[in-house]
Amino acid sequence: MLRDITLGQYFPGDTVIHRLDPRTKLIMVMVYLVALFSAGTALTLGMMAVFLGTIICVSKTKLCLLVRGLRPLAIILVFTGTLNIFLTPGEPIFRVWILTATYEGLRHALVLLARIGMMVMGTFILTYTTSPMNLTDGLEMLLGPLKRIRVPVHELAMIMNMALRFVPTLLAEADKIMSAQKARGADFESGNILRRGQAMIPLLIPLFMSAFRRADELAIAMESRCYHGGEGRTRMRQLRLGLRDALAGLVGALLLTAIIGLGVLGL
Amino acid sequence: MSPILQTKTLTHTYSLGTPFEQAALRGVDFHVEPGELLGIIGHTGSGKSTLMQHLNGLIKPTEGQVYFDGTDIHESKETTRSVRAQVGLVFQYPEYQLFEETVYRDIAFGPKNMGLGGAEVDIRVREAAALVGLTTEQLDKSPFALSGGQKRRAAIAGVMAMRPRVLILDEPTAGLDPRGRDEIIGNIKAFHRETGAAVVLVSHSMEEIARTVSRVVVMSGGQIVMNGTGRSIFAQGAELHAMGLAVPEVTQIVMRLRTLGIDLPCDIFTVEQAAQAILTRAGGDTDAS
Repeated sequence: MLRDITLGQYFPGDTVIHRLDPRTKLIMVMVYLVALFSAGTALTLGMMAVFLGTIICVSKTKLCLLVRGLRPLAIILVFTGTLNIFLTPGEPIFRVWILTATYEGLRHALVLLARIGMMVMGTFILTYTTSPMNLTDGLEMLLGPLKRIRVPVHELAMIMNMALRFVPTLLAEADKIMSAQKARGADFESGNILRRGQAMIPLLIPLFMSAFRRADELAIAMESRCYHGGEGRTRMRQLRLGLRDALAGLVGALLLTAIIGLGVLGL
Repeated sequence: MSPILQTKTLTHTYSLGTPFEQAALRGVDFHVEPGELLGIIGHTGSGKSTLMQHLNGLIKPTEGQVYFDGTDIHESKETTRSVRAQVGLVFQYPEYQLFEETVYRDIAFGPKNMGLGGAEVDIRVREAAALVGLTTEQLDKSPFALSGGQKRRAAIAGVMAMRPRVLILDEPTAGLDPRGRDEIIGNIKAFHRETGAAVVLVSHSMEEIARTVSRVVVMSGGQIVMNGTGRSIFAQGAELHAMGLAVPEVTQIVMRLRTLGIDLPCDIFTVEQAAQAILTRAGGDTDAS
Protein backbone atom coordinates (compact mmCIF):
# COMPACT_ATOMS: atom_id res chain seq x y z
CA MET A 1 0.00 0.00 0.00
CA LEU A 2 1.70 3.18 1.17
CA ARG A 3 5.08 1.53 1.07
CA ASP A 4 4.65 0.98 -2.66
CA ILE A 5 4.93 4.68 -3.43
CA THR A 6 7.97 5.04 -5.67
CA LEU A 7 8.32 8.82 -5.84
CA GLY A 8 11.82 9.90 -4.90
CA GLN A 9 12.83 6.33 -4.14
CA TYR A 10 16.34 5.08 -4.81
CA PHE A 11 17.03 1.60 -6.15
CA PRO A 12 20.65 0.64 -5.49
CA GLY A 13 22.58 -0.77 -8.41
CA ASP A 14 26.01 -0.85 -9.97
CA THR A 15 25.61 0.36 -13.55
CA VAL A 16 27.47 3.17 -15.33
CA ILE A 17 24.48 5.42 -14.71
CA HIS A 18 24.57 4.66 -10.98
CA ARG A 19 28.29 5.43 -10.82
CA LEU A 20 28.13 8.75 -12.66
CA ASP A 21 28.90 11.79 -10.53
CA PRO A 22 25.61 13.27 -9.24
CA ARG A 23 26.63 16.67 -10.62
CA THR A 24 26.98 15.17 -14.07
CA LYS A 25 23.61 13.49 -13.73
CA LEU A 26 21.90 16.71 -12.60
CA ILE A 27 23.38 18.64 -15.52
CA MET A 28 22.50 15.83 -17.90
CA VAL A 29 18.89 15.92 -16.72
CA MET A 30 18.79 19.65 -17.39
CA VAL A 31 20.31 19.17 -20.84
CA TYR A 32 17.85 16.38 -21.47
CA LEU A 33 14.90 18.59 -20.48
CA VAL A 34 16.06 21.47 -22.68
CA ALA A 35 16.53 19.07 -25.59
CA LEU A 36 13.14 17.50 -24.93
CA PHE A 37 11.35 20.83 -25.10
CA SER A 38 13.30 21.91 -28.19
CA ALA A 39 12.22 18.74 -29.95
CA GLY A 40 8.89 19.22 -31.66
CA THR A 41 8.93 16.94 -34.70
CA ALA A 42 8.52 13.22 -35.07
CA LEU A 43 12.22 12.85 -35.94
CA THR A 44 13.58 14.76 -32.95
CA LEU A 45 11.10 13.29 -30.48
CA GLY A 46 11.98 9.87 -31.85
CA MET A 47 15.65 10.60 -31.21
CA MET A 48 14.83 11.60 -27.65
CA ALA A 49 12.85 8.38 -27.19
CA VAL A 50 15.80 6.33 -28.44
CA PHE A 51 18.11 8.22 -26.05
CA LEU A 52 15.74 7.63 -23.12
CA GLY A 53 15.38 3.96 -24.08
CA THR A 54 19.16 3.55 -24.12
CA ILE A 55 19.49 5.12 -20.69
CA ILE A 56 16.72 2.88 -19.32
CA CYS A 57 18.51 -0.19 -20.68
CA VAL A 58 21.95 0.86 -19.47
CA SER A 59 20.69 1.75 -15.97
CA LYS A 60 18.72 -1.54 -15.83
CA THR A 61 15.66 0.34 -14.56
CA LYS A 62 12.56 -1.81 -14.63
CA LEU A 63 10.01 -0.42 -17.06
CA CYS A 64 7.10 -1.28 -14.76
CA LEU A 65 8.53 1.02 -12.08
CA LEU A 66 8.64 3.93 -14.54
CA VAL A 67 5.09 3.24 -15.68
CA ARG A 68 3.94 3.07 -12.08
CA GLY A 69 5.53 6.48 -11.55
CA LEU A 70 3.48 7.86 -14.44
CA ARG A 71 0.20 6.58 -13.07
CA PRO A 72 -0.61 9.56 -10.81
CA LEU A 73 -0.14 11.84 -13.85
CA ALA A 74 -2.60 9.90 -15.99
CA ILE A 75 -5.55 12.20 -15.23
CA ILE A 76 -3.58 15.35 -16.06
CA LEU A 77 -2.26 13.81 -19.27
CA VAL A 78 -5.70 12.73 -20.45
CA PHE A 79 -7.22 16.09 -19.51
CA THR A 80 -4.63 18.30 -21.24
CA GLY A 81 -4.50 15.93 -24.20
CA THR A 82 -8.26 16.17 -24.71
CA LEU A 83 -8.27 19.96 -24.32
CA ASN A 84 -5.53 20.23 -26.93
CA ILE A 85 -7.34 18.02 -29.44
CA PHE A 86 -10.53 20.04 -29.28
CA LEU A 87 -9.35 23.58 -28.67
CA THR A 88 -6.63 23.94 -31.29
CA PRO A 89 -8.00 25.60 -34.46
CA GLY A 90 -7.23 23.87 -37.77
CA GLU A 91 -8.43 21.20 -40.17
CA PRO A 92 -11.37 19.33 -38.58
CA ILE A 93 -11.43 15.54 -38.11
CA PHE A 94 -14.84 15.14 -36.47
CA ARG A 95 -17.33 17.16 -34.44
CA VAL A 96 -18.91 16.42 -31.07
CA TRP A 97 -21.67 18.88 -30.17
CA ILE A 98 -19.96 22.32 -30.51
CA LEU A 99 -16.46 20.92 -30.21
CA THR A 100 -14.28 20.18 -33.21
CA ALA A 101 -11.32 17.87 -33.10
CA THR A 102 -8.52 19.01 -35.42
CA TYR A 103 -5.44 17.39 -36.92
CA GLU A 104 -3.33 20.21 -35.50
CA GLY A 105 -4.85 19.58 -32.09
CA LEU A 106 -4.12 15.88 -32.31
CA ARG A 107 -0.54 16.63 -33.23
CA HIS A 108 -0.20 19.06 -30.32
CA ALA A 109 -1.67 16.54 -27.92
CA LEU A 110 0.69 13.78 -29.05
CA VAL A 111 3.75 16.05 -28.76
CA LEU A 112 2.60 17.13 -25.32
CA LEU A 113 2.03 13.55 -24.15
CA ALA A 114 5.43 12.48 -25.44
CA ARG A 115 7.17 15.42 -23.78
CA ILE A 116 5.52 15.10 -20.38
CA GLY A 117 5.85 11.34 -20.35
CA MET A 118 9.52 11.42 -21.26
CA MET A 119 10.18 14.30 -18.87
CA VAL A 120 8.75 12.38 -15.92
CA MET A 121 10.52 9.14 -16.86
CA GLY A 122 13.84 10.94 -17.34
CA THR A 123 13.71 12.63 -13.96
CA PHE A 124 12.57 9.40 -12.32
CA ILE A 125 15.68 7.68 -13.62
CA LEU A 126 17.70 10.34 -11.82
CA THR A 127 16.13 9.57 -8.44
CA TYR A 128 16.02 5.82 -9.08
CA THR A 129 19.77 5.68 -9.74
CA THR A 130 21.08 8.35 -7.33
CA SER A 131 20.99 7.99 -3.57
CA PRO A 132 19.40 11.00 -1.82
CA MET A 133 22.72 11.71 -0.13
CA ASN A 134 24.56 11.91 -3.45
CA LEU A 135 21.77 13.91 -4.99
CA THR A 136 21.84 16.63 -2.35
CA ASP A 137 25.64 16.65 -2.30
CA GLY A 138 25.64 17.23 -6.04
CA LEU A 139 22.99 19.91 -5.78
CA GLU A 140 24.86 21.69 -3.02
CA MET A 141 28.04 21.81 -5.06
CA LEU A 142 26.28 22.94 -8.21
CA LEU A 143 24.54 25.73 -6.31
CA GLY A 144 27.77 26.58 -4.48
CA PRO A 145 28.37 29.88 -6.32
CA LEU A 146 25.09 31.21 -4.89
CA LYS A 147 26.74 31.30 -1.47
CA ARG A 148 28.47 34.48 -2.64
CA ILE A 149 25.13 36.24 -2.71
CA ARG A 150 24.29 34.85 0.73
CA VAL A 151 21.93 32.07 -0.30
CA PRO A 152 22.15 29.46 2.49
CA VAL A 153 22.93 26.68 0.03
CA HIS A 154 24.29 24.22 2.57
CA GLU A 155 21.29 24.63 4.85
CA LEU A 156 18.87 24.24 1.96
CA ALA A 157 20.64 21.08 0.80
CA MET A 158 20.62 19.76 4.37
CA ILE A 159 16.89 20.43 4.71
CA MET A 160 16.24 18.67 1.42
CA ASN A 161 18.42 15.76 2.41
CA MET A 162 16.55 15.34 5.69
CA ALA A 163 13.16 15.70 4.04
CA LEU A 164 14.07 12.96 1.57
CA ARG A 165 15.53 10.88 4.36
CA PHE A 166 12.29 11.04 6.32
CA VAL A 167 9.86 10.33 3.50
CA PRO A 168 10.18 6.54 3.81
CA THR A 169 10.31 6.73 7.60
CA LEU A 170 7.11 8.73 7.85
CA LEU A 171 5.42 6.57 5.23
CA ALA A 172 6.28 3.48 7.23
CA GLU A 173 5.03 5.21 10.36
CA ALA A 174 1.77 6.22 8.65
CA ASP A 175 1.35 2.64 7.47
CA LYS A 176 1.84 1.34 10.99
CA ILE A 177 -0.55 3.80 12.62
CA MET A 178 -3.12 3.08 9.93
CA SER A 179 -2.84 -0.65 10.62
CA ALA A 180 -3.19 -0.06 14.34
CA GLN A 181 -6.31 2.07 13.91
CA LYS A 182 -7.76 -0.41 11.44
CA ALA A 183 -7.21 -3.09 14.06
CA ARG A 184 -9.49 -0.98 16.26
CA GLY A 185 -12.11 -0.93 13.54
CA ALA A 186 -11.27 2.40 11.87
CA ASP A 187 -12.48 2.60 8.28
CA PHE A 188 -10.37 4.63 5.86
CA GLU A 189 -11.90 3.35 2.66
CA SER A 190 -15.62 4.04 2.58
CA GLY A 191 -17.97 6.99 3.03
CA ASN A 192 -18.14 10.44 1.42
CA ILE A 193 -15.36 13.03 1.43
CA LEU A 194 -16.42 14.53 4.77
CA ARG A 195 -16.53 11.09 6.40
CA ARG A 196 -13.14 10.17 4.99
CA GLY A 197 -11.68 13.46 6.15
CA GLN A 198 -12.90 12.74 9.67
CA ALA A 199 -11.54 9.22 9.44
CA MET A 200 -8.06 10.68 8.85
CA ILE A 201 -7.94 12.31 12.30
CA PRO A 202 -6.89 9.12 14.12
CA LEU A 203 -4.08 8.83 11.58
CA LEU A 204 -2.95 12.45 11.33
CA ILE A 205 -2.73 13.33 15.01
CA PRO A 206 -0.38 10.46 15.93
CA LEU A 207 1.58 11.07 12.72
CA PHE A 208 2.17 14.74 13.53
CA MET A 209 3.08 13.89 17.10
CA SER A 210 5.64 11.43 15.82
CA ALA A 211 7.04 13.82 13.22
CA PHE A 212 7.56 16.48 15.87
CA ARG A 213 9.12 13.97 18.23
CA ARG A 214 11.51 12.82 15.54
CA ALA A 215 12.43 16.38 14.58
CA ASP A 216 13.13 17.13 18.22
CA GLU A 217 15.30 14.05 18.68
CA LEU A 218 17.17 14.75 15.47
CA ALA A 219 17.89 18.33 16.52
CA ILE A 220 19.28 17.14 19.85
CA ALA A 221 21.37 14.47 18.15
CA MET A 222 22.80 17.04 15.73
CA GLU A 223 23.52 19.57 18.46
CA SER A 224 25.28 16.96 20.57
CA ARG A 225 27.55 16.29 17.59
CA CYS A 226 28.33 20.03 17.40
CA TYR A 227 26.62 20.58 14.07
CA HIS A 228 26.59 24.28 13.23
CA GLY A 229 25.86 24.65 9.55
CA GLY A 230 28.02 24.75 6.47
CA GLU A 231 30.78 27.13 7.58
CA GLY A 232 34.15 25.38 7.38
CA ARG A 233 32.58 21.94 7.05
CA THR A 234 34.50 19.28 5.15
CA ARG A 235 33.20 16.11 3.52
CA MET A 236 33.93 12.51 4.20
CA ARG A 237 33.08 11.48 0.66
CA GLN A 238 34.65 13.74 -1.97
CA LEU A 239 32.97 13.86 -5.34
CA ARG A 240 35.40 13.46 -8.24
CA LEU A 241 34.69 13.83 -11.92
CA GLY A 242 36.15 11.04 -14.05
CA LEU A 243 36.41 9.89 -17.63
CA ARG A 244 32.87 8.59 -17.68
CA ASP A 245 31.57 12.01 -16.62
CA ALA A 246 33.47 13.63 -19.50
CA LEU A 247 32.00 11.07 -21.89
CA ALA A 248 28.50 11.65 -20.53
CA GLY A 249 28.99 15.38 -20.99
CA LEU A 250 30.06 14.80 -24.59
CA VAL A 251 26.97 12.67 -25.27
CA GLY A 252 24.77 15.36 -23.73
CA ALA A 253 26.36 18.12 -25.80
CA LEU A 254 25.99 16.07 -29.00
CA LEU A 255 22.34 15.32 -28.25
CA LEU A 256 21.52 18.96 -27.56
CA THR A 257 23.37 20.21 -30.64
CA ALA A 258 21.70 17.61 -32.83
CA ILE A 259 18.19 18.38 -31.59
CA ILE A 260 18.60 22.16 -31.79
CA GLY A 261 20.40 21.88 -35.13
CA LEU A 262 17.59 19.79 -36.61
CA GLY A 263 15.09 22.25 -35.16
CA VAL A 264 16.81 25.18 -36.89
CA LEU A 265 16.80 23.22 -40.14
CA GLY A 266 13.07 22.75 -39.60
CA LEU A 267 13.12 18.95 -39.55
CA MET B 1 -11.15 -28.66 20.87
CA SER B 2 -10.84 -27.08 17.43
CA PRO B 3 -8.48 -24.11 17.18
CA ILE B 4 -9.98 -20.59 17.22
CA LEU B 5 -7.31 -19.26 14.87
CA GLN B 6 -5.43 -21.28 12.32
CA THR B 7 -3.14 -20.60 9.39
CA LYS B 8 -2.43 -23.02 6.56
CA THR B 9 0.85 -22.83 4.59
CA LEU B 10 0.84 -19.08 5.11
CA THR B 11 3.38 -17.35 2.87
CA HIS B 12 4.00 -13.63 2.55
CA THR B 13 6.46 -11.75 0.36
CA TYR B 14 6.94 -8.00 0.74
CA SER B 15 7.40 -5.68 -2.29
CA LEU B 16 6.67 -8.46 -4.75
CA GLY B 17 8.12 -7.62 -8.16
CA THR B 18 10.61 -4.94 -7.07
CA PRO B 19 14.32 -5.31 -6.27
CA PHE B 20 13.33 -5.15 -2.57
CA GLU B 21 11.37 -8.39 -2.75
CA GLN B 22 11.64 -10.20 0.57
CA ALA B 23 9.97 -13.34 1.86
CA ALA B 24 8.77 -12.72 5.41
CA LEU B 25 6.79 -15.94 5.93
CA ARG B 26 7.37 -19.29 4.26
CA GLY B 27 4.58 -21.81 4.66
CA VAL B 28 3.61 -21.22 8.26
CA ASP B 29 1.12 -23.66 9.85
CA PHE B 30 0.09 -22.10 13.13
CA HIS B 31 -2.89 -22.32 15.44
CA VAL B 32 -4.27 -20.80 18.61
CA GLU B 33 -6.53 -22.85 20.92
CA PRO B 34 -9.50 -21.08 22.54
CA GLY B 35 -8.54 -19.55 25.87
CA GLU B 36 -4.86 -20.50 25.78
CA LEU B 37 -1.92 -18.30 26.72
CA LEU B 38 0.59 -18.59 23.90
CA GLY B 39 4.00 -17.02 23.39
CA ILE B 40 5.77 -16.36 20.09
CA ILE B 41 9.51 -15.83 20.26
CA GLY B 42 11.79 -14.90 17.42
CA HIS B 43 14.72 -12.79 16.48
CA THR B 44 14.13 -9.40 14.79
CA GLY B 45 13.08 -10.15 11.22
CA SER B 46 11.98 -13.70 11.94
CA GLY B 47 8.50 -12.90 10.64
CA LYS B 48 6.60 -12.74 13.92
CA SER B 49 5.16 -9.26 13.33
CA THR B 50 4.11 -10.22 9.80
CA LEU B 51 2.40 -13.37 11.08
CA MET B 52 0.61 -11.33 13.71
CA GLN B 53 -0.81 -8.88 11.18
CA HIS B 54 -2.15 -11.74 9.10
CA LEU B 55 -4.16 -13.06 12.01
CA ASN B 56 -6.76 -10.27 11.86
CA GLY B 57 -6.62 -9.65 8.14
CA LEU B 58 -4.50 -6.47 8.09
CA ILE B 59 -2.24 -8.06 5.50
CA LYS B 60 -3.42 -10.47 2.86
CA PRO B 61 -1.36 -13.61 2.48
CA THR B 62 0.61 -14.04 -0.75
CA GLU B 63 -0.28 -17.72 -0.45
CA GLY B 64 -2.15 -19.79 2.10
CA GLN B 65 -5.18 -19.12 4.30
CA VAL B 66 -6.08 -17.79 7.72
CA TYR B 67 -9.11 -19.30 9.47
CA PHE B 68 -10.99 -17.79 12.40
CA ASP B 69 -13.45 -20.22 13.98
CA GLY B 70 -13.27 -22.34 10.84
CA THR B 71 -14.03 -19.61 8.27
CA ASP B 72 -11.51 -18.03 5.92
CA ILE B 73 -11.12 -14.43 7.13
CA HIS B 74 -10.79 -13.12 3.57
CA GLU B 75 -14.02 -14.78 2.46
CA SER B 76 -15.76 -11.38 2.19
CA LYS B 77 -15.20 -7.79 3.35
CA GLU B 78 -17.75 -8.26 6.15
CA THR B 79 -15.94 -11.33 7.48
CA THR B 80 -12.66 -9.42 7.60
CA ARG B 81 -14.32 -6.54 9.43
CA SER B 82 -15.98 -8.75 12.00
CA VAL B 83 -12.74 -10.67 12.57
CA ARG B 84 -10.91 -7.40 13.30
CA ALA B 85 -13.20 -6.90 16.30
CA GLN B 86 -12.74 -10.46 17.53
CA VAL B 87 -8.99 -10.69 17.09
CA GLY B 88 -7.59 -7.69 18.98
CA LEU B 89 -4.16 -6.57 17.91
CA VAL B 90 -1.86 -4.42 20.07
CA PHE B 91 1.11 -3.14 18.08
CA GLN B 92 4.55 -2.30 19.37
CA TYR B 93 4.63 1.04 21.21
CA PRO B 94 0.82 1.33 21.06
CA GLU B 95 0.95 4.63 22.98
CA TYR B 96 1.96 6.37 19.74
CA GLN B 97 -1.51 5.70 18.35
CA LEU B 98 -3.42 7.63 21.01
CA PHE B 99 -5.19 10.59 19.45
CA GLU B 100 -8.40 11.54 21.29
CA GLU B 101 -8.95 14.44 23.67
CA THR B 102 -9.50 12.20 26.67
CA VAL B 103 -8.38 8.73 27.65
CA TYR B 104 -12.04 7.73 27.89
CA ARG B 105 -12.78 8.68 24.31
CA ASP B 106 -9.65 6.97 23.07
CA ILE B 107 -10.58 3.69 24.73
CA ALA B 108 -14.13 4.11 23.35
CA PHE B 109 -12.83 4.39 19.76
CA GLY B 110 -12.76 0.64 19.14
CA PRO B 111 -16.16 -0.24 20.68
CA LYS B 112 -17.77 2.72 18.87
CA ASN B 113 -16.38 1.52 15.54
CA MET B 114 -18.06 -1.80 16.28
CA GLY B 115 -21.36 0.07 16.23
CA LEU B 116 -22.22 -0.42 19.90
CA GLY B 117 -24.63 1.88 21.77
CA GLY B 118 -23.53 4.51 24.28
CA ALA B 119 -24.41 2.49 27.39
CA GLU B 120 -22.59 -0.62 26.19
CA VAL B 121 -19.57 1.46 25.18
CA ASP B 122 -19.51 3.01 28.65
CA ILE B 123 -19.60 -0.41 30.36
CA ARG B 124 -16.75 -1.68 28.18
CA VAL B 125 -14.56 1.40 28.62
CA ARG B 126 -14.85 1.23 32.40
CA GLU B 127 -14.27 -2.51 32.42
CA ALA B 128 -11.13 -2.22 30.25
CA ALA B 129 -9.82 0.73 32.28
CA ALA B 130 -10.26 -1.30 35.47
CA LEU B 131 -8.38 -4.23 33.92
CA VAL B 132 -5.33 -2.08 33.26
CA GLY B 133 -5.62 -0.17 36.52
CA LEU B 134 -6.59 3.27 35.23
CA THR B 135 -8.62 5.39 37.68
CA THR B 136 -11.81 7.32 36.87
CA GLU B 137 -9.94 10.63 37.16
CA GLN B 138 -7.35 9.43 34.65
CA LEU B 139 -10.11 8.62 32.17
CA ASP B 140 -10.98 12.32 31.88
CA LYS B 141 -7.38 13.40 31.33
CA SER B 142 -5.75 13.97 27.97
CA PRO B 143 -3.86 10.82 26.97
CA PHE B 144 -0.80 12.99 26.36
CA ALA B 145 -0.78 14.03 30.02
CA LEU B 146 -0.23 10.46 31.27
CA SER B 147 3.13 8.88 32.08
CA GLY B 148 4.76 6.49 29.60
CA GLY B 149 3.54 3.33 31.32
CA GLN B 150 0.03 4.72 31.79
CA LYS B 151 -0.17 5.71 28.12
CA ARG B 152 0.81 2.20 27.14
CA ARG B 153 -1.85 0.72 29.44
CA ALA B 154 -4.49 3.12 28.10
CA ALA B 155 -3.66 2.05 24.55
CA ILE B 156 -3.90 -1.64 25.49
CA ALA B 157 -7.25 -0.96 27.19
CA GLY B 158 -8.43 0.51 23.87
CA VAL B 159 -8.09 -2.94 22.33
CA MET B 160 -9.32 -4.87 25.38
CA ALA B 161 -12.52 -2.77 25.32
CA MET B 162 -13.49 -4.49 22.08
CA ARG B 163 -13.67 -7.74 24.10
CA PRO B 164 -11.72 -9.73 21.53
CA ARG B 165 -11.79 -13.52 21.72
CA VAL B 166 -8.09 -13.52 20.87
CA LEU B 167 -5.80 -10.74 22.10
CA ILE B 168 -2.45 -10.48 20.35
CA LEU B 169 0.24 -8.21 21.76
CA ASP B 170 3.51 -7.36 20.01
CA GLU B 171 6.30 -6.65 22.52
CA PRO B 172 3.90 -5.04 25.00
CA THR B 173 6.67 -4.33 27.51
CA ALA B 174 9.35 -2.94 25.16
CA GLY B 175 11.10 0.11 26.55
CA LEU B 176 9.48 0.01 30.01
CA ASP B 177 11.20 -0.19 33.38
CA PRO B 178 10.88 -3.47 35.36
CA ARG B 179 7.93 -2.16 37.37
CA GLY B 180 6.07 -0.99 34.27
CA ARG B 181 6.78 -4.38 32.68
CA ASP B 182 5.38 -6.30 35.65
CA GLU B 183 2.27 -4.11 35.66
CA ILE B 184 1.55 -4.71 31.97
CA ILE B 185 2.11 -8.46 32.27
CA GLY B 186 -0.18 -8.43 35.33
CA ASN B 187 -2.89 -6.61 33.33
CA ILE B 188 -2.61 -9.10 30.48
CA LYS B 189 -2.89 -12.05 32.86
CA ALA B 190 -5.90 -10.42 34.52
CA PHE B 191 -7.57 -9.98 31.13
CA HIS B 192 -6.88 -13.62 30.30
CA ARG B 193 -8.22 -14.85 33.63
CA GLU B 194 -11.36 -12.72 33.67
CA THR B 195 -12.50 -12.94 30.05
CA GLY B 196 -11.28 -16.42 29.17
CA ALA B 197 -10.03 -15.08 25.84
CA ALA B 198 -6.95 -16.54 24.19
CA VAL B 199 -3.85 -14.36 24.53
CA VAL B 200 -0.87 -14.41 22.18
CA LEU B 201 2.23 -12.69 23.51
CA VAL B 202 4.90 -11.84 20.94
CA SER B 203 8.26 -11.08 22.47
CA HIS B 204 11.95 -11.65 22.31
CA SER B 205 12.38 -11.59 26.04
CA MET B 206 12.80 -15.19 27.13
CA GLU B 207 12.28 -14.39 30.81
CA GLU B 208 8.95 -12.78 30.10
CA ILE B 209 7.70 -15.61 27.90
CA ALA B 210 8.94 -18.28 30.30
CA ARG B 211 7.18 -16.66 33.22
CA THR B 212 3.89 -15.94 31.48
CA VAL B 213 2.76 -18.42 28.88
CA SER B 214 1.83 -22.10 28.76
CA ARG B 215 2.89 -22.84 25.17
CA VAL B 216 5.76 -21.37 23.16
CA VAL B 217 6.23 -21.10 19.40
CA VAL B 218 9.71 -20.21 18.12
CA MET B 219 10.07 -18.50 14.76
CA SER B 220 13.18 -18.15 12.65
CA GLY B 221 13.62 -17.12 9.02
CA GLY B 222 9.88 -16.90 8.39
CA GLN B 223 9.17 -20.41 9.65
CA ILE B 224 8.05 -22.05 12.85
CA VAL B 225 11.02 -24.05 14.10
CA MET B 226 9.89 -25.12 17.57
CA ASN B 227 6.55 -25.56 19.27
CA GLY B 228 5.93 -26.86 22.77
CA THR B 229 5.85 -26.06 26.47
CA GLY B 230 8.30 -23.57 27.93
CA ARG B 231 10.21 -26.40 29.58
CA SER B 232 10.70 -28.40 26.40
CA ILE B 233 11.75 -25.30 24.42
CA PHE B 234 14.27 -23.90 26.89
CA ALA B 235 15.85 -27.31 27.34
CA GLN B 236 17.13 -26.92 23.75
CA GLY B 237 19.56 -24.15 24.69
CA ALA B 238 22.13 -24.86 21.99
CA GLU B 239 19.59 -24.76 19.15
CA LEU B 240 18.10 -21.50 20.46
CA HIS B 241 21.55 -20.01 20.70
CA ALA B 242 22.24 -20.93 17.08
CA MET B 243 19.16 -18.92 16.07
CA GLY B 244 20.44 -15.88 17.92
CA LEU B 245 18.06 -16.33 20.85
CA ALA B 246 19.28 -16.58 24.39
CA VAL B 247 17.75 -18.84 27.01
CA PRO B 248 16.76 -17.05 30.25
CA GLU B 249 19.75 -15.87 32.27
CA VAL B 250 18.85 -18.12 35.20
CA THR B 251 18.80 -21.12 32.88
CA GLN B 252 22.25 -20.16 31.61
CA ILE B 253 23.59 -20.04 35.17
CA VAL B 254 22.07 -23.43 35.93
CA MET B 255 23.67 -24.85 32.77
CA ARG B 256 27.06 -23.49 33.84
CA LEU B 257 26.62 -25.02 37.28
CA ARG B 258 25.81 -28.35 35.60
CA THR B 259 29.02 -28.23 33.57
CA LEU B 260 30.85 -27.63 36.84
CA GLY B 261 29.46 -30.93 38.01
CA ILE B 262 26.62 -29.71 40.20
CA ASP B 263 23.61 -31.92 39.58
CA LEU B 264 20.63 -29.64 38.85
CA PRO B 265 17.66 -30.18 36.51
CA CYS B 266 18.18 -28.57 33.10
CA ASP B 267 14.64 -27.20 32.69
CA ILE B 268 14.81 -24.29 35.12
CA PHE B 269 13.84 -20.88 33.82
CA THR B 270 12.73 -18.70 36.71
CA VAL B 271 14.71 -17.44 39.68
CA GLU B 272 12.21 -19.07 42.06
CA GLN B 273 12.64 -22.49 40.47
CA ALA B 274 16.41 -22.13 40.57
CA ALA B 275 16.38 -21.18 44.25
CA GLN B 276 14.15 -24.13 45.04
CA ALA B 277 16.32 -26.57 43.09
CA ILE B 278 19.57 -25.31 44.58
CA LEU B 279 18.16 -25.48 48.09
CA THR B 280 16.86 -29.01 47.50
CA ARG B 281 20.25 -29.98 46.13
CA ALA B 282 21.99 -28.47 49.12
CA GLY B 283 19.55 -30.38 51.32
CA GLY B 284 18.91 -27.21 53.28
CA ASP B 285 15.78 -25.55 54.56
CA THR B 286 13.41 -25.33 51.55
CA ASP B 287 11.29 -22.67 53.24
CA ALA B 288 14.08 -20.08 53.10
CA SER B 289 13.64 -17.52 50.36
